[in-house]
Amino acid sequence: MNPLVLPVGVLLLCVTSIVALGIGAVPLAVVDVWHALWGEGESQVVAIVRDLRGPRVVLAALVGAGLATSGAALQGTLRNPLAEPYLLGVSGGAAVGAVVALTFGLGTPVMVTIAAFGGAAVATAVVALLARVAGGRAEPRLLLMAGVVVGAFSNAVILVALADAPPDRIRGALWWMMGSTADATWAAVARTAVALLCFGGLLVVRARELDVLSLGEEPAVALGADVDASARRVFLVASWLAASTVAAVGLIGFVGLVVPNLARALGAHRHRAMLLVSAVYGAALLVGADVAARSLRSPVELPLGAVTALVGVPFFLARLRRLA
Amino acid sequence: MSEVMPSVPGLLFDQVAVTYPRAEVPALAGVTIHAQPARVTAVVGPNGSGKSTLVRALLQRVSLSAGAIRIGDTPRAALSAREFAQRVAVVPQREEVQMPLPVREFVALGRHVHLGAFTPLRAHDLAIIESSLDKAGMAHLATRRTDTLSGGEWQRVRIARALAQEASVLVLDEPTTFLDIAHEMAVFELLDELAAEGRTILLVSHQLNLVARFAAHIVLLHAGQVAASGSATDVMRGDVLERVYEWPLVVTRDPAVGAPALLPLRGGSRGRRA
Repeated sequence: MNPLVLPVGVLLLCVTSIVALGIGAVPLAVVDVWHALWGEGESQVVAIVRDLRGPRVVLAALVGAGLATSGAALQGTLRNPLAEPYLLGVSGGAAVGAVVALTFGLGTPVMVTIAAFGGAAVATAVVALLARVAGGRAEPRLLLMAGVVVGAFSNAVILVALADAPPDRIRGALWWMMGSTADATWAAVARTAVALLCFGGLLVVRARELDVLSLGEEPAVALGADVDASARRVFLVASWLAASTVAAVGLIGFVGLVVPNLARALGAHRHRAMLLVSAVYGAALLVGADVAARSLRSPVELPLGAVTALVGVPFFLARLRRLA
Repeated sequence: MSEVMPSVPGLLFDQVAVTYPRAEVPALAGVTIHAQPARVTAVVGPNGSGKSTLVRALLQRVSLSAGAIRIGDTPRAALSAREFAQRVAVVPQREEVQMPLPVREFVALGRHVHLGAFTPLRAHDLAIIESSLDKAGMAHLATRRTDTLSGGEWQRVRIARALAQEASVLVLDEPTTFLDIAHEMAVFELLDELAAEGRTILLVSHQLNLVARFAAHIVLLHAGQVAASGSATDVMRGDVLERVYEWPLVVTRDPAVGAPALLPLRGGSRGRRA
């Protein structure tokens, strides 16, 4: 891997972040953003940058990093460059868990996050079971198909559960299905950061396991991997990583698909490098997507998940064609 | 390399029986194979005779309905996945590149069976990686990516990875498929060398004639049972092979080394005219 790949990614993330802090109802010049970051300048500008846009940009970066590393881990374990938490139905399951917790009145953010973990774990188990029943031991293509079906079912559950939700009290179905960073808070940032550090860190630490798993079942066993347990572990950690992003901003697809493929194209092949590159570029991509969501049809704000899907679906189709 | 190897144990399949789920007949019905140290033991037999099931059973991807596999004094079942990989290096029959890696890093994965999750590769490991690449004749391609290799190069890179495991037992499932004559001979000569160093080599192969030249002990499988076993002269008998392979053939002498050699009969009249 070229040693410039990571620094360039960090630079990209900084640039998109500063742009993201500048745009909005009150446009700010880069210089003002820069000063406001350090608490200098008009107090109003400082408040906009630090309290309104700050958490939003940081949350987008954390979610992008989380989704990208989750996708990278799932792709390696399933040996499938099209795997990612959204297409595998894992994110959908997490959203259902969160929505169910909300409708039963367990509305604290921590409870919602825990419920999202539960939903993601159930969805993971259901997808694996469906694929196994449909034939073969976890055949990667079947797994994706099962994932899409579970995802569709999740959307239906969300729509039904939130059909009569009072919009002023509860986030609507669209918020969950299409994702948004509009109501980001520093508390949400902290929760997501902790999840990213725990689960993402775990994946990076166990990256060698991913290298071996990505060789396939028999070669991995030949290299001393306890394949079934190891794959289950990675699957669970990756799905919880995705679930923590869902609890924070709803469903955002295709980041986990596009970014790991980009990382490989940039020469990151061993999983330790690939996870780190994915995290940085995933963060930059989602901050950039958030900029697009806010500015493409300004003053109307587009759902973030819609923007990532607009980018991700053509990519998915192109990648699918190369795979076939 | 030899000084780090444990007391060279050998590999024993003892009355091993395997029946796949929903299958009516067993894939292996009481097969005994003893691969002894310091020699090449070969398993041959027609397609579907149970050769690959042996390897799958060794990797615990199918469970035994009877019998046991022993690595030295230790039952396979008593070894953890990692302990097994430290003692036995397996080159499975099929392995597709989905996630490409540079060749050297691919071979380095063989060292991980000896390293903890946090231990980086030491100078000792790097030296073994280089010598493994060298032995498999892949040193010149160390920086290439695995998805750019030819079929023959891919096989040799996988052998290099197995060598990097530094296991005292090496099991290869049809390692010379896709290889041309020179590369195939190079693999057989390499296995011969490794056996001479004291390793236990178990080779699953379709290449009866080369097996007859290189293997000290041959086991012929047929429908999940041992049809014949012993030296090349014991196993390479016309009547036995004709029955097992269901094809007319003659056994003659390999002009290079005098080992038995097999020639299939029938067809190919064009060659006769030339």
